Amino acid sequence: MNLQQYNISENNFEQCIKCTVCTVYCPVIPVNPKYPGPKQAGPDGERFRLKDPDYFDVSLKYCLNCKRCEVACPSGVRIGDIIQMARIKYSHSRPKLRDRLLANTDFVGQLSTKVAPVVNFSLGLTPVKSVMDAVLGIDHRRTFPEYASQTFEHWFNQREIKKKQSAFKRHVSYFHGCYVNYNYPQLGKDLVKLMNAVGFGVHLLEKERCCGVALISNGLIEQARKQGAQNMAAIRKSVLDEKRPVIATSSTCVFTIRDEYPHLLGLDNSDIRQFTELATRFLYRLIERNEVKLVFKEDYKQKIVYHTPCHMEKLGWSVYSTSLLKMIPGVDFRMLPSQCCGIAGTYGFKSENYETSQGIGQSLFDDIGQSEADFVATDCETCKWQIEMSTFVPVMNPISILAEALDEEATMEANKEFCK
Amino acid sequence: MRYDVVIIGGGLSGLTCGIRLQEAGKNCAIISTGQSALHFSSGAFDFLNKLPDGTRVMHPLDAIKRLGGNHPYRKIGEEKIREYVADVQDWFGKSGIVLHGDVEKNHYCLSPIGIIKSAWLSFDDFEPLETADAFPYKRVAVANFAGFIDFYPRFIADALAEKGVECRIEILNIPAVEKLRTNPTEMRSANIARVFDSEAQLENVLTLINDLSEEVDAVILPAVLGLSSVYPLEYIRKYSEKPVFFISPVPPSVPGIRVQKRLQERFVELGGTFFLGDTVEKAFFDGDTVIGITTNNHSDIQFYAEQYVLASGSFFSKGIISRSNEIYEPVLNADVEYDSQRDNWFCKNVFDVQPYMSYGVKTDTGFHPLRDGVPVRNMFAIGSVLSGYNPLEEGCGSGVAILTALHVANTILISD
Ligand SMILES: Cc1cc2nc3c(=O)[nH]c(=O)nc-3n(C[C@H](O)[C@H](O)[C@H](O)COP(=O)(O)OP(=O)(O)OC[C@H]3O[C@@H](n4cnc5c(N)ncnc54)[C@H](O)[C@@H]3O)c2cc1C
Ligand code: SF4
Ligand code: SF4
Repeated sequence: MNLQQYNISENNFEQCIKCTVCTVYCPVIPVNPKYPGPKQAGPDGERFRLKDPDYFDVSLKYCLNCKRCEVACPSGVRIGDIIQMARIKYSHSRPKLRDRLLANTDFVGQLSTKVAPVVNFSLGLTPVKSVMDAVLGIDHRRTFPEYASQTFEHWFNQREIKKKQSAFKRHVSYFHGCYVNYNYPQLGKDLVKLMNAVGFGVHLLEKERCCGVALISNGLIEQARKQGAQNMAAIRKSVLDEKRPVIATSSTCVFTIRDEYPHLLGLDNSDIRQFTELATRFLYRLIERNEVKLVFKEDYKQKIVYHTPCHMEKLGWSVYSTSLLKMIPGVDFRMLPSQCCGIAGTYGFKSENYETSQGIGQSLFDDIGQSEADFVATDCETCKWQIEMSTFVPVMNPISILAEALDEEATMEANKEFCK
Repeated sequence: MRYDVVIIGGGLSGLTCGIRLQEAGKNCAIISTGQSALHFSSGAFDFLNKLPDGTRVMHPLDAIKRLGGNHPYRKIGEEKIREYVADVQDWFGKSGIVLHGDVEKNHYCLSPIGIIKSAWLSFDDFEPLETADAFPYKRVAVANFAGFIDFYPRFIADALAEKGVECRIEILNIPAVEKLRTNPTEMRSANIARVFDSEAQLENVLTLINDLSEEVDAVILPAVLGLSSVYPLEYIRKYSEKPVFFISPVPPSVPGIRVQKRLQERFVELGGTFFLGDTVEKAFFDGDTVIGITTNNHSDIQFYAEQYVLASGSFFSKGIISRSNEIYEPVLNADVEYDSQRDNWFCKNVFDVQPYMSYGVKTDTGFHPLRDGVPVRNMFAIGSVLSGYNPLEEGCGSGVAILTALHVANTILISD
């Protein structure tokens, strides 16, 4: 008999030295005493679960998967992954209709865009919200992101825009994500404007599916794995065959594809991982290498505070977005203390989590409320919903800010030398 | 990414160095895998409590000359150290960290099990005692929050009884703290501290303390107040009818976390960039010069700097790592001081002096780490990654972290 087989997990829980540091930084513990915390739910619990799966504790569902525990752990234990894997392996509860609806962002998006005015109108109605709360368990106090009447893909595929892209010498593919496609195509348009100005043609992947983050958190693993595999095939085609790196504007999509695919879905992405990244990081690298130049309008003046989304904190990449923002001469910039806003994707939409969700974000909302900022910059769409709902200060993606502040003519001129 | 100085490790030594450099106008980045050993602090900075031969030290600066030549303090030199410590309390004050004590002379404080032990500079929570032989109060209530198992009132009461103090053990029942017991594993110091961020809860605890203090001269509480500010401490001190003494429970240490937060905030306020949750993987060399480093999160986008500082801690923080038959330093593969015989690394009796505690990176007298005996020209090593001292036995961990950091910052600034 192999004694080790019951003690070694795929994740590295054995690295835990029981220092309890992670428990200090979990945003759920202070607001929800039912949650056992990262150490107990993660490495400590794993030891028991390996002996007997009955030790699985349903309260693991309160984990936001924010990974802030991992960022704090001095031993590099993948605590968040251990917890999510345990939910995947041991949870017997079948996802409810509500969870399926929230998780299938692209399916629901497709339906909703077709009838956007009606959906937006009815999602805003109090009686509709009450029914959703009572029947589905989607909290009635939430404001819903609006659905656009034309998807980003539809806009992009108009002949003149798509055709224009092949005229460039340098090329990227854009993983737009569900949010840009169904809710906020403007961000995608801003990205195209910015990349075109610096001399890059923008292309869509052959077939993009939702990255699957919401499927994972709602327990729809098989579907997530299937979509993940489809995305990887599309990314491989772009990166390996067409030599087009893939960029995105959502920190969560990028994080999911780069880290959750291999860690939680068992999809090996080692050949393409380094070519799938955030647009701000892609641009930062080229600016540092002197292969891209950004020229900004003289008269752009804004007071901006930056909020670090949890997955951005885990990626460690906020430095790229904030460095680019700081390059705009008229920007008065301040970094907000890094903390969770509480929404965690679809988590905050569920009635049972509403109080926890708002409690977690409260100090952030207070800080933003007092900041007198013109707007908040952040790289995550769900953070945007949460902050706009809870503070009334508008939130923008750094790419949109850059596109707005950009002197398009001058930038095109400045990048001509790189495009020969 | 280009900085003037890149510091590897964001514990006490890395932050002290980074703050000093930022104050002088340098642009620094600190990259840190995770949180630091400050989370385990007993609540004081120790400078030197004992000499390696076991002699107790009361005047630590005078004792420097009695240390071996390889000790970091000897490499800095007594004169320089006197210069650095002269304003060290004011300097930490600028980060909002109040340190009690006198830099010339160790004082006493209560250990987690009520033993009176020496310390150099104590955090705001802990009031220094004048002597080791007596506790200034005759009748004391040792109070604990119901269900908090990381604090040992019985040990404390027994230890104080030996000093002739009459002790009563009291339990504080506060509903908001009770709620934490829903999950016994999360009934921990930092979570209790968060409850008392609310003024209403502070009032509750104050009422309980005042109720039980009628028949005693002082009250002892676990040091779980004030995770991000000292306001809760000040509040209790101001309004309590009898003096309140705090004693550290088992880590995580609320006072230590507060110090870490304060230093980090100060570093960022001064314009420094702090990368938490990222690990420096490799340093690249041109001969004896570091030309860049790579990290886990930033992979092909490297960090470049004029000078680099290795402040990556000891075994606990993985600044040095042991394998079955070797001990190594993972970032630059610096030379490490250790016994080639594994059997000599530790003593079977855990209370004996443990040789491995003094293992660490070898440096020249200017704190340049050695690689194959050759000093790295533009890199320094500071804090607990260093060899040549035993922080546990000598009680000098924080002192070495702070002093080597200030000294290296000074060296970098002078070299301009
Ligand atoms: C459990 C414990 C309790 C202690 N209690 C006391 C006390 O009460 N009083 C006292 O005076 N001293 C105490 N010490 C001694 C303590 O080590 C020093 O006081 C001091 O805090 C050390 O600071 P440091 O910055 O050198 O190292 P650390 O605090 O260990 O910090 C090193 C940092 O570097 C990071 N790091 C490591 N490798 C890398 C890498 N490759 N890339 C990026 N980051 C990296 C780590 O994550 C860590 O955050 C204690 C030590 C321990 C371990
Ligand atoms: S911080 Fe890391 S090592 Fe410490 S208890 Fe948590 S998982 Fe274990
Ligand atoms: S991932 Fe976030 S919510 Fe989950 S245990 Fe870690 S810190 Fe807590």
